[in-house]
Amino acid sequence: MTFPFPASDLLVILPELVLTQLALGILLWATVVRKGREATLAWVSIASLAAAAVLIPVAARLSGPLPRAAFGGMLTLDRFSIFFKVLVLLATAVTILFSLKFVGTSSYPGGEYYALLLFSAVGMLFMASGTHLVSIYIALELMALSQYVLAGYFKRETKSVEAAAKYFVLGAFSSGVLLYGISLVYGAAGSLDLGDVARSLAATPRSSLLGVGIVLTASGMLFKIASAPFHVWAPDVYEGAPTPISAFFSVGPKLAAYAIFARIFFVGFGPRAGDWAPVLAASAALTMVVGNVGALLQQNVKRMLGYSSIGHAGYALLGLLAYASGTDARGENFGLWAILIYLAAYLLMTLGAFGLVVLLEAKGYATESVDDFNGLSKKNPLAAAAMLVFLLSLAGIPPTAGFVGKYFLFSAAMKAGWPSLALLAVLMSAVSLFYYFRIARAMYLVEGEGELRWREEPAVAAAVAVCVAGTLLLGILPQPFVALAKSCLLP
Amino acid sequence: MVTVAHYVGLSFVLFTIGVVGVLIRRNLLTVLMSIELILNAVNINLVAFARQLGDLTGHVFVVFVIAVAAGEAAIGLAIVVSLYRLKSTVSLDDASEMKG
Amino acid sequence: MDVSLALFWAFAAVAVAGAVGVIVMRQPVHSALFLLLTFLAVAVLFVVAHAEFVAAVQVLVYAGGIMVLFLYTIMLVNVRRQAGEPYLHRQAGVALGVGLLLLAVVGGVVLGDARRLADAHAAAPAARLTEVVGSGVAAGNSQAVGWLLYREYLLPFEIASVLLLVAMIGAVVLGKRTMEKFD
Repeated sequence: MTFPFPASDLLVILPELVLTQLALGILLWATVVRKGREATLAWVSIASLAAAAVLIPVAARLSGPLPRAAFGGMLTLDRFSIFFKVLVLLATAVTILFSLKFVGTSSYPGGEYYALLLFSAVGMLFMASGTHLVSIYIALELMALSQYVLAGYFKRETKSVEAAAKYFVLGAFSSGVLLYGISLVYGAAGSLDLGDVARSLAATPRSSLLGVGIVLTASGMLFKIASAPFHVWAPDVYEGAPTPISAFFSVGPKLAAYAIFARIFFVGFGPRAGDWAPVLAASAALTMVVGNVGALLQQNVKRMLGYSSIGHAGYALLGLLAYASGTDARGENFGLWAILIYLAAYLLMTLGAFGLVVLLEAKGYATESVDDFNGLSKKNPLAAAAMLVFLLSLAGIPPTAGFVGKYFLFSAAMKAGWPSLALLAVLMSAVSLFYYFRIARAMYLVEGEGELRWREEPAVAAAVAVCVAGTLLLGILPQPFVALAKSCLLP
Repeated sequence: MVTVAHYVGLSFVLFTIGVVGVLIRRNLLTVLMSIELILNAVNINLVAFARQLGDLTGHVFVVFVIAVAAGEAAIGLAIVVSLYRLKSTVSLDDASEMKG
Repeated sequence: MDVSLALFWAFAAVAVAGAVGVIVMRQPVHSALFLLLTFLAVAVLFVVAHAEFVAAVQVLVYAGGIMVLFLYTIMLVNVRRQAGEPYLHRQAGVALGVGLLLLAVVGGVVLGDARRLADAHAAAPAARLTEVVGSGVAAGNSQAVGWLLYREYLLPFEIASVLLLVAMIGAVVLGKRTMEKFD
């Protein structure tokens, strides 16, 4: 039997192919590497991610003009997917930097850990370009299965295993709901290819089969990005998982989930935007309130960042909503490029903040409290300044990336006819100032007691420095990024 | 005549039972089984619509869903075993060092 | 009443009874046996719907593989339940109420729509489920599904193989009793 597709289709997935091969290689190599020398594996993993990132433009150039559909419409390489692929690879690489000491000084094997991170990245790369519900689903599950294991990787820590159990039940249940929605859509539209689904939806009258299918699919997606009312265990997972993995969870899988959320709902269900927009609006409002009010009550920093990332998911939903409301007078889409900018900013500031949590050595597993930051400004002014930048950015204060992202996002929601939601978002941003300020107060106004616990980790420090630079650059000079994001929209 | 409506109705009943099971049961094993019920409901839908449409895509998707279900069960049950080793329980409410 | 309809009602009843058994039984092992019942009944329903290959996979993977995995785990985690210990969540009543409401409202709507679909279009000829796509050759359902799986769905198939590898690594990593490596 011959290969059923043109050979050049393989070029389209070149980065994914290479990354999978390298991950398998690392898995094999790990069997002969001694504990204590596993840092090499981590660096090779980072090099693999870099290789995949370099191959993305190569693949795009060699495989023909973009957008390039491949494998009979299973996936499409376009600038939208490239945008997400680069961010996902960056998030995974930074996670590995965070993990160097965390895994290195533990008694757990490193090889499988890094390999699972890379497999998860492969799943996210496929998610970014999937245009068929089968390939999207299978890529989603590849990502998710790797992550269930990573959450429970520190398996003698009760909190880690509990986080894994909760993450698993949540993930498997949400996949089930998502699938049920997809199965109803299949029945109503007669196809699982997103383009065919859109054509079929445009041609058929409204039906409740389809309506229930779309609502269940949306519920599944809202689970995946931890939006209210489906956020229940998300803070537990952030608190309990190993810190580098919490950082990864709050960024990587969410970005990939936003990519498929946008693609399924705009490319596939676009003709029914008027029907599902109210569902998203309700969830966005609830998510912003729950995330920001919940964060107010937290003492554990990882947990607080978990709630804050729920709040941020609510803001990003505004972008999807705005996009659903169509185009403005100049024929330009409202929301999507604002989400892209916002997600890039979110990636930088969230990873940076988690990086500082990694650097502040914890007293025990998952007991990082706000008090750990006491007196940081005296003992390590640079670290305190970096954290301050991330906090300002998370709260959305200029001149940071977070401000730029929120500004575009909220004004898109405004223009698209959701002024009340935009107002609520601004209000909730004000609420968020309180809990972000608590960390700033601990750093600058509270005297630290005793020795500061601090890890000397140049790799993490470098990653944090890159995040600071990115956050400020995006905040001060947004124009090139805006132009870039505007060129990466869905067709 | 068995129609697609029969299957969709049955599938919905199984889906509801599965969702209720996930929501009410404390035992992690039973929760996993309820999730399997949900996946079976999905498969019934896919098979029924494939029959209605005369389209094999539904069958292929079922094969993928079953493969993923097998992988998911392996990981889920490994997590159950890890949890049991640490806490001598497989119940989610008892698994609560974290609150708030 | 034709044979397929009788078969449908008989095995649909078994499937639903099994599903109810799964969520009301106290002992996990009883739930597991009820789950097996549902799996097998659903496999019969797949045959009635001309999905022979899927029915075989359902029996082999679900009733064979996944079920054995569940039973092994139940043996490993030998939880003795104290009598009277609650086995439901505190909000179980609420969940049950919401579930039944969901069933009544949404189910009614979906079912009504499915009925209309069935009335409007007769089901496609069953022969289309045994025909190799694009060739017009009448084969068997297994051959037709296999053809599609290894050609049109080659990419998801390969991703699924990586997924199963991840599941294997994950189960080993989490399940192995000692993880330390010795120098």
